[in-house]
Amino acid sequence: MQMLIDTLVNAAMASAATALVSIGLALIFGVMRIENFAHGELYMVGAYVTWYVSSALGLTYFPGLVCAVLITALLGALMEVALFRRLRSNPVGCLIITVGVLLVLQTAAVWFGGVNSTLLVDTPFPGVLRIGTLALPWHRLFVIVAAIILMLALTWLLRRTAFGWAVRAVAQDAEAASLQGISIGRISILAMMLSAGLAGAAGAFMAPIVRVNPFMGQPVIITAFIVIIMGGIGSIEGAIIASVLYSTFFTFVSTYLDSTVATIAGLCIMLGVLIFMPNGLMGKAEKV
Amino acid sequence: MTSRQTWHAIGAMTSIAAAALLPVVSGDYYTSFGTEIAIMVLMLSSYRLIVLTGEWSFAHVVLQGVGAYTAAIAVKDFDWPFPLTIAAGAAMAALMATILSFPLLRMKGFYFLMGSFAAAEAIRLLWRKIPFFGGTRGLSNIPAPYLDLGGLTIDFGHPANFFHLSLAVVVCCLFLMWRMERARIGHIWRAIQQQDILAQSVGIESRTYRRLAFVIAAAFAGIAGVLLAYAFGTVTPNRFGLNFALYLMIWSIVGGTRTFYGVVLGGVVLMIFDESLRFAEELRPGVYGLILIGVMLFCPQGLERLLQSMARVLPGTRSDESGERGTLSRPGKS
Repeated sequence: MQMLIDTLVNAAMASAATALVSIGLALIFGVMRIENFAHGELYMVGAYVTWYVSSALGLTYFPGLVCAVLITALLGALMEVALFRRLRSNPVGCLIITVGVLLVLQTAAVWFGGVNSTLLVDTPFPGVLRIGTLALPWHRLFVIVAAIILMLALTWLLRRTAFGWAVRAVAQDAEAASLQGISIGRISILAMMLSAGLAGAAGAFMAPIVRVNPFMGQPVIITAFIVIIMGGIGSIEGAIIASVLYSTFFTFVSTYLDSTVATIAGLCIMLGVLIFMPNGLMGKAEKV
Repeated sequence: MTSRQTWHAIGAMTSIAAAALLPVVSGDYYTSFGTEIAIMVLMLSSYRLIVLTGEWSFAHVVLQGVGAYTAAIAVKDFDWPFPLTIAAGAAMAALMATILSFPLLRMKGFYFLMGSFAAAEAIRLLWRKIPFFGGTRGLSNIPAPYLDLGGLTIDFGHPANFFHLSLAVVVCCLFLMWRMERARIGHIWRAIQQQDILAQSVGIESRTYRRLAFVIAAAFAGIAGVLLAYAFGTVTPNRFGLNFALYLMIWSIVGGTRTFYGVVLGGVVLMIFDESLRFAEELRPGVYGLILIGVMLFCPQGLERLLQSMARVLPGTRSDESGERGTLSRPGKS
């Protein structure tokens, strides 16, 4: 029973973290038509900043979280201004550049903390919640609740504010949006900051739970790509639904069977989606 | 034969002869390194066949792995001679590519990239999982080939001998690819890359030709894999991971994929550059990242373009091509 509950909590937490990462990926694809391979590294940077501020500087966890979001958002803005903007007409060039950014950020993390670093981040919510004989770790519950709050805020931002309308307009048709006086450059910067900040927040949430190391972004970005392909590239709702489905599936298979088997199954699912329903769950028809 | 072709032939012969002299002027370490360069050049040149049709693939390195595993099993379990393992490696890789091509060639651009990654990574994880393939530690103690000519035996376990053997195999493969590119099929590949729909409208079954490119490239990758298995004596699943697929892609982009010669030259230069970075193992990915960003921003057609404009000595220069070449074609926004 405890194992089932543990697995359920882990599945919910994995869904929450994956959703935060893949929403950003979907958002950037929607607005800028860029597949950002460096997105997993933004998650990694988020975890590193959290570690640096909370442990190395000796401040507590929450300043670390805030700094993680701010610094990754700045990095996102920098990527947009310094790199993507110069290759606006060449989305493939952008894709290749994101691979470059991935390598640079990874190396920076190696240089900063060493290859086999064991950087520990203390959770602000130690201990477990006991209900009868069951034990629920507080930090995992915090991650789930915080992710849901962030996603609700994001929905409000995209559906109810002028900024959100502009973002969705650019995603739908960039040219028409710019004819209506929406600045593509400004929206791109803000969208990039939002996307990177979400990845950074996810990294900060997960920092006390996972091992903080330079290569922690790699499995995350692979999962995120599987998820956004399942959900339909560019669709935020699709990304959320697919995150929950995929992470639950993955957590259960890797707990009860084997994590390699789970990865193979995940890759096969992605392949199946690509073959049989290339639009994913919620994606717009994009002719292949 | 025009004078230009003569010069090409002379140039090629001279470079092969110069390469063959490598063991004479350097020690065993650099001779083995020369073997690695030859294998890498074969990988890059065969990868270029896929790039010619306008796709980037993450599966190429794993198809090399198929060749390597085939050779390792054929030699260790069945004691096959070297030429047979080369044929078997090429055939297995081509077979695997044919199977993969049916689902993968329904996709294009980014979707093809992700699809090829999923298929390749699944195969690689199966190697790690199945004990027959040696699990995570792979297969080791692959004996070097030897030749027995009635009294005269050549042991290819010696670095210089194996280097010459690899060089011969690689040169033969390069020659085949060069012929192919000059033939009708090469022109069709280029047509598909530049104008997919137009090519179809004049009666070219583009999926068939894309499949041909994928399978032929895989066969050559399989041969490179067989050479790799002999050269290192071991085959491990980690040798064929995502990182190597990324590096193959990076090197193609940085070196440039426009000309046949460019990719060979790029392979040699980048391997030497890679070796010279060995003192800073951990910083190597970052250096590549910076180079990649720099190339994309300032020289999107690769370093060969730079070389061409500096001195027009490299043949095959055409000035009518735009920045599209060597970049991934993507599905348009609908």
